Amino acid sequence: MKATSKFLTGERVLIVYAIFFLLFLYIPVLFLPLFSFSGSQYMTFPITDWTLERYVTMWKKTKLLEALYASIKVGIFASVVSTILGILVARAMTRYLFPLKRTVMGFILLPMVFPEIIMGVGLLIFVIFVGMQLSLITVTAGHILICLPFSTVILISRFEGFDRSLEEASLDLGENTWQTFRRITFPIVGSGILASLLLTFTISFDEFLIAFFLSGDDPTLPIYIYGQLRHVKNIPYMLSLGSIILLVSFVTISFAEWIRRRGMSSKKVYGLFE
Amino acid sequence: MAHIIENLLSRNDTTKAYSLLSPSLLLLIFVFAFPIFFLVAYSFWTQDYVYVDTTLTLENYKIVVNKASYHALIKRSLIISSLTTLVTVLLAYPMAYFVAFVVKDHKLLWLIALTIPFWTSYLLRVFAWKLILGYNGVINGSLSNLGLIDNPLSFLLYNPFAVFVTLAHAWSAFAILPIYVSLEKIDRSLLEAAADLGDSAFRRFWRITFPLSFPGVLAASMIIFIPTTGDFITPRLVGGSEGIMVANLIQVMFGKANNWPLGSSLAIITMTIVTLSVICFVVISRWLISRIK
Repeated sequence: MKATSKFLTGERVLIVYAIFFLLFLYIPVLFLPLFSFSGSQYMTFPITDWTLERYVTMWKKTKLLEALYASIKVGIFASVVSTILGILVARAMTRYLFPLKRTVMGFILLPMVFPEIIMGVGLLIFVIFVGMQLSLITVTAGHILICLPFSTVILISRFEGFDRSLEEASLDLGENTWQTFRRITFPIVGSGILASLLLTFTISFDEFLIAFFLSGDDPTLPIYIYGQLRHVKNIPYMLSLGSIILLVSFVTISFAEWIRRRGMSSKKVYGLFE
Repeated sequence: MAHIIENLLSRNDTTKAYSLLSPSLLLLIFVFAFPIFFLVAYSFWTQDYVYVDTTLTLENYKIVVNKASYHALIKRSLIISSLTTLVTVLLAYPMAYFVAFVVKDHKLLWLIALTIPFWTSYLLRVFAWKLILGYNGVINGSLSNLGLIDNPLSFLLYNPFAVFVTLAHAWSAFAILPIYVSLEKIDRSLLEAAADLGDSAFRRFWRITFPLSFPGVLAASMIIFIPTTGDFITPRLVGGSEGIMVANLIQVMFGKANNWPLGSSLAIITMTIVTLSVICFVVISRWLISRIK
């Protein structure tokens, strides 16, 4: 008992620190929704007149809706493809021993720590060199590349906790491989798949740099927002739009993180950087 | 006999594994390896308006090496990102320690709360700082309301310091995760044994916890240092002309200046310097840690 009371002051300091850390993390971001209700053109603080006008009128901007639609399309393609590829990679990594396993894994995860600007300009050069047009297709290809490491890591941590004897039992009982996958494997790793879809969709939806170099004449939503931020009169609309994006991301991510980590032991809870 | 079957089986495993991996590897080759290869190739080519001359030359590298303003820009980028890395890791360590050692009941909740910013829009998180540091922004507004200043402070925004603060905020959550993982892995019985043998709390931390969590600190440093050196949005939005970094120059070369070969060689040089710095950092810090042990 004596030992615990000795630690208590230290623990108390850490708790206070942790609370301040969370405030530091979240408060700056909360100014975005706060300013979105300001009636002033010039982001003046303190806010004196309040309005909801931008939330109503911004939907009349056709360019905004087009960019939103473009981002949703790219996000769906990128998340579905990277998750399917991630499932295949996770399956190979967790079931088989093969030569160059660590090298292959390192290669697949490399884009996670690679400077995005280098990937962006490299892709731009390559696309132009082979004579392709810059479009949402090239953006999607770039997004699949940066999403793949994330879906791989998320899915490997799910597949690792999966008991293979269940699959073997199913095969022994006469089910074929597809049936076994559908009835045993998928329900168990399904939450990992859903988490991977949601998180990679968010990554793609928010991604700026690669889209900046590769989108050509079809801007995705972050590129559209970036362009609008240069005109003072459009900034208030971007604040409202940004607030909605933040809110939707917050809900999606909380849900995805919750299903991803649920049922994993606390030691394995991280997974992302192991 | 068993040997042959085993060999066959393992070859079978290899084939199965690589057929599962092949779509991803093809993607990586076409969307990652080839583009980087062409980036390197371009850095040895030259461009005259739209016409690209594919004769190999070191001309672009000579330009970068001889231009003092480019050196200054690369140096500034490295200073800003090293400082950001140092501060974020220092800030994140106690936080990771708290979640790993102090939090008992709601670990999952804490981890999720600390991870959410990781996934949300980088552009918007950076823009939020413009609202805070701006001429009529939160800090100036609050200070003048309190009667502490008469005129808004104009030095808050558009300088290297604004870039540093914004980057430190945007990346501090990223540093927690790897440090947390390495702390969580530490065998608690080691600490108990040291306590039983009479080691003080500080000694236990310095001789056991810190060296064992060091791989996490290294990973966190790399996760922050590499992308912040190449960051483009933050200097563009809050850096002003004094706060621009090398990525902004690279972007100009691929945009307005339309000199892709020069932009490519800048990108290659930056990447090489970053890689070398990371290697030096890893070697030196490993050596220091081995001295503690």
